[in-house]
Order: sequence, then structure tokens, then C-alpha cells
Amino acid sequence: MTFELVCFYAFAAVAALAALSVISVRNPVVAALCLVLTFFSMACVWLLAQAEFLAVALVLVYVGAVMVLFLFVVMMLDVDLVPLREGFVKFLPVGIGIAVVMLVEMLMLIGVRAMQVAPGPDPAAAAGKSNIGWLGEVLFREFLLPFEVAALILTVGLIAAVPLTLRHRRGIKTQNPGRQVMVRREDRVRLVKMDAEGNREASP
Amino acid sequence: MIEFNPNDLRAVLPELVLLGATCAILLVDLFIKPAQRDITHWLSLLALAVTAVFVWNGFPVPGQGTLAFNGMFVHDGIAATLKLFILLTAALTFVYGRNYLGERGLRIGEFYLLVLFATLGMMLLVSAGSLITAYLGLELLALSSYALVALNRDSAVSAEAAIKYFVLGALASGLLLYGMSMVYGATGTLDLARIHASTGSLQHPNLLAIGLVFIVVGVAFKLGAVPFHMWLPDVYHGAPTAVTTFIGSAPKLAAFGMAYRLLEGGLGGLSAQWTLMLALLAVASLAVGNLFAIAQTNLKRMLAYSTISHVGFLLTGFVGATPAGYAAAMFYAISYALTAAVAFGMIALLARRGFEAEEIDDFRGLNQRSPWYAGIMAITMFSLAGVPPLFGFFAKLLVLKSAIDAGFLWLAIVAIVFAIIGLYYYLRVVKVMYFDAPADTESLPLPADRPLRWVISINGLALLALGFLWGPLFDWCNRAFGA
Repeated sequence: MTFELVCFYAFAAVAALAALSVISVRNPVVAALCLVLTFFSMACVWLLAQAEFLAVALVLVYVGAVMVLFLFVVMMLDVDLVPLREGFVKFLPVGIGIAVVMLVEMLMLIGVRAMQVAPGPDPAAAAGKSNIGWLGEVLFREFLLPFEVAALILTVGLIAAVPLTLRHRRGIKTQNPGRQVMVRREDRVRLVKMDAEGNREASP
Repeated sequence: MIEFNPNDLRAVLPELVLLGATCAILLVDLFIKPAQRDITHWLSLLALAVTAVFVWNGFPVPGQGTLAFNGMFVHDGIAATLKLFILLTAALTFVYGRNYLGERGLRIGEFYLLVLFATLGMMLLVSAGSLITAYLGLELLALSSYALVALNRDSAVSAEAAIKYFVLGALASGLLLYGMSMVYGATGTLDLARIHASTGSLQHPNLLAIGLVFIVVGVAFKLGAVPFHMWLPDVYHGAPTAVTTFIGSAPKLAAFGMAYRLLEGGLGGLSAQWTLMLALLAVASLAVGNLFAIAQTNLKRMLAYSTISHVGFLLTGFVGATPAGYAAAMFYAISYALTAAVAFGMIALLARRGFEAEEIDDFRGLNQRSPWYAGIMAITMFSLAGVPPLFGFFAKLLVLKSAIDAGFLWLAIVAIVFAIIGLYYYLRVVKVMYFDAPADTESLPLPADRPLRWVISINGLALLALGFLWGPLFDWCNRAFGA
């Protein structure tokens, strides 16, 4: 057993255990953190498969951005998930039964055993390029059109979020920095000439 | 460095023009006041018109499609024809919805932008040459549609419709994607033409067959065929009428294009399997659509169930898996999109501030209020029902003929029986318009702006005219499929 294989089994086991705890722990914050662990272990598995760029992207994008956002939402909403899970034990036998039947059906239909083929040659290595170089070329040459369309989909998400959430409220007190800067002394201070009040008797 | 092939760019020129125009409108709209929204309106119509001109100029030679971007994008007569009608129905949406949206404070720039982006998604979808372009085009359309349905966010009905649409749409996308992954696993390619070519010589044909089942389910979801139709009535009912006009018309053309690209373009080698699946979906859609429509009192819901039954007819064109059948189905999709646009536009025409005109009873005595628009609505209902000599009749006739030629006589008989049952609820609208007294006489004048009146009249009369002149359009469809 090589060192790589040991590493693979270790990371795969951690990923599977963490994924299991995502759906089984009571505290949603802990569940989100377990999901982070799952992503992290999977990134390590990808590193073993020499897909460095994807591994780094997974950690940066999913762990760094998406999951942090998730944690914020979970903490802010403070959802009590326990009522949602009521009856889990009651429905467990039925669920397991259906899952087993489906698994057996799919294994028989697809015939997984007959399909065990060794993975093909690494396309990046075959082209004599680094992993990220090969990925970049494929993405911006062969898959250029889908790549751009995916960018459009993100734009639509951005545009759609505006009418669904933006509310113009009246009567809220906000600062206008422009007007704050433009303000002159005369607008704020009023000098009033008054007679001195010295000739009045001081009260005892 | 990215290298562009000029031929690739020429093939996607209409899409590039529409995208550039949409981005320009996005920027212009930021700098205008709500009272000047007409600028956005006319610019959007101009963008659609210019795009249509580019589609027309780049119309490919019939029967000779070209591939662009490594086979990701197909530029052929089928795609170009569908694109022209998609652009036309999108423009109708803008015209019909202008007043309706203005009266409800929904006439915001985002409505125009989302419709334009959805149109772009549909144009990419009907030109899809690989599984990945098909999926991305579909998502561009779907994401814009979800947001459009939720545009009236203070209405509980709209919010419910949008949530249902979003959840079921996401489920459908998931199923479609799962099927696509199976197909990729079986064939090792995402390219539809290569999938078609490799169908006969596969190591694991079962995997491809499972992928096919999921793809058929995904397509049926998007078309709204029974038993995957649950979202349709709620979405049509809950969305603002202007949005329903859009969702009810142009996406049917795109869904036809998607079904053709995926089923015939990619999985044509398995047509023996999927024709039977589609025949069963067609029968279920015809039965459920026509029977449930009878019980509706809300016109938008009734038209939703009528859509389901029309999807049944559309699928009837597919069962032969022949070019003639596809041409008939495309003719049917065009006829349905143009007719549905008038039906929903008429609801928008009768609606006014604080009054939706979406119940069938709201059309009571329309003949006394305005004989002209009652006549247009009657033409529309008769065309939907398939009464000769209207557009809808010939669409039904051609689809049934193709099914009989393909040996599906039983399906044609079922379709005719349910079409006759369906006649009842279309005629009920006509009866209400002509033989019932108007509910409130003070609402006599019809509150509509001039472009809406003119365009809906032309659109309605076109249904009558195309009933007599359907030949050239059908020849055009036939040429696109090389039949």
C-alpha cells in the first residue's frame, strides 16, 4: 500500500464521516462546520488526483466564501431544526427499504461491476502542460461559449436580486455626504445681535 | 490567447447583438426616471427588432446547418425559424404588458431586462449543439422566469407561484442534469451529434437508456406535460398577466427546440424507446388538460390547463420521429405561441387599476361593451379549440396527420376525442361574451393604450389570415427540417 493510497483512504473516510454528521448533528452551526470539513477533505482528495487548481478553488470559493455566508445565515436566522427532523426514526425503516431497493435496481441495471475501467491518461500530462494551464486552455477555447453563458446567468441572478429585495422606504434618516461636505458656515451658525443684559438686578 | 474564428462569430451574431443591446439598456435604464420608462420600452422593442433583422440576414440555406464553437452552437434553419418567432412573441409581451405593468407599479427596468435575458437564453437553447449549451440556455431562461413571476412581491399569490415554480424547476433541472450525466457516462461526450453517432456502438446501452428516461422527464417538466404539470396552473395564475403572456407563449417554442435537439439531435438512435414514452405523456396531457380545464372559473387557470392539452398535441407530432412530424410540431408550437399571446393580451387589455379581469365572468357581455374585441377574443378561443378555418385547426390537422402516418392511429383518435371535449370550455368563454349581460355597465369603455389595441387586433386577425394562408408557413417549417 503506497503512501498516496493511505492518504486517499484517510481523507475519504473523514469526508464520509463529516458528511454523515452534517445531516445528523443537532446544532446547525456544527452541521455547517462539518460541511466545511467535508469540502476540505474532498479538496485533499483532488490534490491527490493532481487537480491542484480545482482543489484550491474549492477551498477558496466554497470554504472561504460560500460556507462563511452559510454560517452567517444560519447564525442570523437561528432556525430550530429539531421540529423539522421529528419522525425521522419513525420513517427510517421505510426510507432505508426504498433506498436499498433503488440501489439494487441501479446496480443491476447499470451493472457497475462490468464497468470498472482504469482511468484514462491524464489529458494535462498528455498535452505536456501543467494542470492549470491545460484547464485554462480548454475553458477559454473549447468551452468558451458555455463559459460566457454561465457568466450571463450570474448577471441575471444579480439583476433579479435587485427588484426582489430593494425597497425604497420613506422617512428614514440618512446622511448625505455630498451635502455634508458642501455645507457652509452660514448654514449652520446664526449670529444674533442682542443687547447686553447687564443692567438688570441680580437675583438674590 | 483566445482566438476567434470569424465564422463562429458570424453564427452567433444575433445573440451578440441582443446581448450588447441588453447591456446597453441595463445602463441606460439606470439613469432615467421612472416616468421616462417609455425609453426603456422602445429601446427593448428596438433591440428585439434589430436582432430579428440579424437573424433574418444570417438565415442559413435550408437543410444546411453549420456548427460553431466546436459544435457547441448549431446554426440551422430550425433554430433561425424558432428564433424569429421567439423574438416576435417577446415583442408582443412588451406591447401587451405596457399599460398593465404601469398601472400596478411593476413597470420597472428589470422587467424588460429579465425578458430580454430570457429571450437570449431561449435563442441559445434552440441552437444548442451540446448538452452543456442546452443546460445553460435553459437555466438562463428559467432563472429569468422565476424572478419575473415573483416581480409583484407584495402579492401572496405571486410569491407562492414563484416558490413553486422555483422548487419544481430546480427539481426538473436536477433530473435533466442527472440524465445528462448518465448520457455522458455512457458515450463519453457532451456533443449531441457525437452522442447520436455513437449510439449504435456502445458498451453500456443500458446507461444511455436510463439517461434517456431522466432527460424525457426533464423535458416533460419544462413543457408542462402530465404528470409533470403541477407547476403550470399556479404559475400562470399567480404571475402578473404581463409575465403570464411571456411565460405562456415564447418558452413553448424554446421547449420544442430543446426537445428536438436533445431527443432527435442527441438521442435519435433511441427513438424506438422515446416515441412510446412521448405518446403516453401526450395521452395523459390531453386527458388531464382538457378535463381539468372544464372545472376552472379563472381564465388564466383555464388557459394553463389548455396549455397542458396543447402540449399533448405538440408531443403527438413527435411520436413519428420523422422530419415531417417535427415540422408539424414546430408549426403547432408557432400557432400556439401566437394564439396564447392574444388570449393573455386580452386579459391585460380588459384589466385596469385594481381590477384583474382574470375570471371568466369578467368577460360577461363583452360584445355589448366592444363588439370588435369580443370578435378578436372569439377568434382566439375558436383557434385554440381548433375550429376551421382558423390557424389552430390546421396546426391540429397537420400534427394528427403526421401521427397517423407514423402508425399511431389510436393516439390520433384519442386526441380528436379530447379536442371535442375541450371545445366546451373554449365555447363557454364565447357564450359568456355574447349571451350574458355585462356585470357593471359603468365599465363600458375599454381602458387600453393605442399600441396595445392595434397590435392585438393585428395579432387576432393574423390567426384568421394564417388559417387561409397556412401553406407558406408550413412549407417553411418543412424546408427547415428538410422534409
